[in-house]
Amino acid sequence: MSTKVGERALPAGRARRPSASQPESQKNRGVRAGNRQQGIATPWLFLAPYLLLFGSFVVLPAVLGVWISLHSWDYTLPNKPFVGLDNYAALFSPGSTVSGPFWGSMRATAIFTVLSVPLLLIVPLAVALLMSKKFPGRDFLRAIYFAPYVLGVAVISVLWRYLLDNNIGLVNHYLGLLGLPDDTAWTTTTPAAWVALVGVTVWWTLGFNAVIYLAGLQDIPVELYEAARVDGAGPWMQFLHVTIPGLRPILSFITIITLLASANMFGQSYLMTQGGPGRETRTAIYQIADTGLRNFQMGSAAAMSYVLTVFLMAISAFVFYIFREKQPRKLEKEVRS
Amino acid sequence: MSGFTTTVRAGSRTRRARQRSGSIARVVVLGAIAIAFISPIVFMIVTSLKTRADATAIPPSWIPNPISLQAFASILAPGTATPVLQWFANSMVAAALNATLVVITASLAAYPLARMQFRGKNFVFVIIVATLLVPPVILVIPNYLIVSELGWLNSLVAIIIPTAASAFGVFFMRQFFVGLPVELEEAARLDGANRFVIFTQVVLPLAKPALATLALLAFLGNWNDFLWPVYVLFSPEVQTLPAGLSTLQSANAVRYDLLMAGAVVASVPVLALFIFLQRFIIEGVSRSGVKG
Repeated sequence: MSTKVGERALPAGRARRPSASQPESQKNRGVRAGNRQQGIATPWLFLAPYLLLFGSFVVLPAVLGVWISLHSWDYTLPNKPFVGLDNYAALFSPGSTVSGPFWGSMRATAIFTVLSVPLLLIVPLAVALLMSKKFPGRDFLRAIYFAPYVLGVAVISVLWRYLLDNNIGLVNHYLGLLGLPDDTAWTTTTPAAWVALVGVTVWWTLGFNAVIYLAGLQDIPVELYEAARVDGAGPWMQFLHVTIPGLRPILSFITIITLLASANMFGQSYLMTQGGPGRETRTAIYQIADTGLRNFQMGSAAAMSYVLTVFLMAISAFVFYIFREKQPRKLEKEVRS
Repeated sequence: MSGFTTTVRAGSRTRRARQRSGSIARVVVLGAIAIAFISPIVFMIVTSLKTRADATAIPPSWIPNPISLQAFASILAPGTATPVLQWFANSMVAAALNATLVVITASLAAYPLARMQFRGKNFVFVIIVATLLVPPVILVIPNYLIVSELGWLNSLVAIIIPTAASAFGVFFMRQFFVGLPVELEEAARLDGANRFVIFTQVVLPLAKPALATLALLAFLGNWNDFLWPVYVLFSPEVQTLPAGLSTLQSANAVRYDLLMAGAVVASVPVLALFIFLQRFIIEGVSRSGVKG
């Protein structure tokens, strides 16, 4: 039994695939046998089409972006003089024409991220926990929760701007029936606009996170729960000491992708609030895209995108640090003993 | 409830009763959330079938009376400044070609990364995976210039090719290939087949579910992509549906009947794919999470 549990405690659905049950030596033999009949060029021929795309539209732009950010790069002008770090300096000097709007948009992104990420981590987990036991209709419910996600951001934003219309929208109508204020201007005033943007985003992506949680929950060995029950642990203790440690790799993955998704929010703001009122819900991505691709101040926009990236990388590194491996090993030990 | 508990005379009676009422509460809560989740989509479809006046009537009704195809007729009519049919065709072509490109290039690239030993392999793999964490925003401005140099601005090619460099696709297919048993490939090798023949004749047929999943996810991603098309496609006739919806919204701010009809047109293909192939889509997403 212990080997079986050990296997299932391995991260990733890999354990379920056939190769995981093969002895390691057999796999190695396969690889070595392959080497004998393989020319040096063979792997690169396989890789070539992808690497051509990857080099042209991922690696090249990542480098070219730095170059652009060091120039006063107006797409519409013939001269693009080198300006060194001026674009960056302008972002960090209060009172320059670019710094106010940029940091305002960073603030909007921060507000949206801080409000949406906790909800998108907790609510889908609660839903996944409710769904973790088999019951009739479970797959059907799972599909319904996931359905909004297959609609694009354009569809859901246009749809919700209608539902949230302050005069004829469904939301205000039903709030009125419940005796609540029925004249909230959801898309043109703050803080209501934040509630709208966050709420719509939770509705849109809850199913995505819940499905990932659900897969993670199903990978936690039932034996661990049984052992915890034998030790007298109630549901809450089981959640704290079995579910959470078992979900650790998934938690760090979901936290990172949710953070990045929220920090990259664009469509909801572009279509639901047009960045308003004023510029209050204009996010960093919105500001960067508009600066670079509407006003063609590409040097400045590229500099903004690197500043945003530094923030995002730092936050990702911090999340990795928080979720760094320590619990899973303990968990495995518990299983073995 | 009480009728049920009295029939269970065992000592575990109260516990079973609690479990039973617990699971009923669970279904009620989950069902309520499900209704809240599906009703906006239902209302979108309902509104698209209303007349102009009915779409903004108070109180809002859940049954269009009369059922009207006027909104669809008006947005699908040829010769308007918002050619929805053209957008639909553009989206179909772009998403289908993009998904094809992703599946071909990602599976080709993933195979040597899963099955061959060669110098530089780890470097290539680490670079590809690292870009999964790079925020896409830093690529937008320079890619606009690259696409402009290539003469692809305001053309569907800009939507099809640059986004086909899918690091996720390579990662996803590599994980799948690593999990396949090697015996069949070894047998083919002993028969003298070369790597490409083995890949196309032995590996790809085994990988059909993964290829289908990746194709679906790529199709959905491209169909729904918003920021890039909004800025790269500026003439109405070359736009895809999401960019077009934005144009439609600017042209018809409060013509909600038209907007909902447009949203329905943009939703029908992806909802249909989801209804018929949801197993692939949901499993693809959950497997992407368990990449550990």
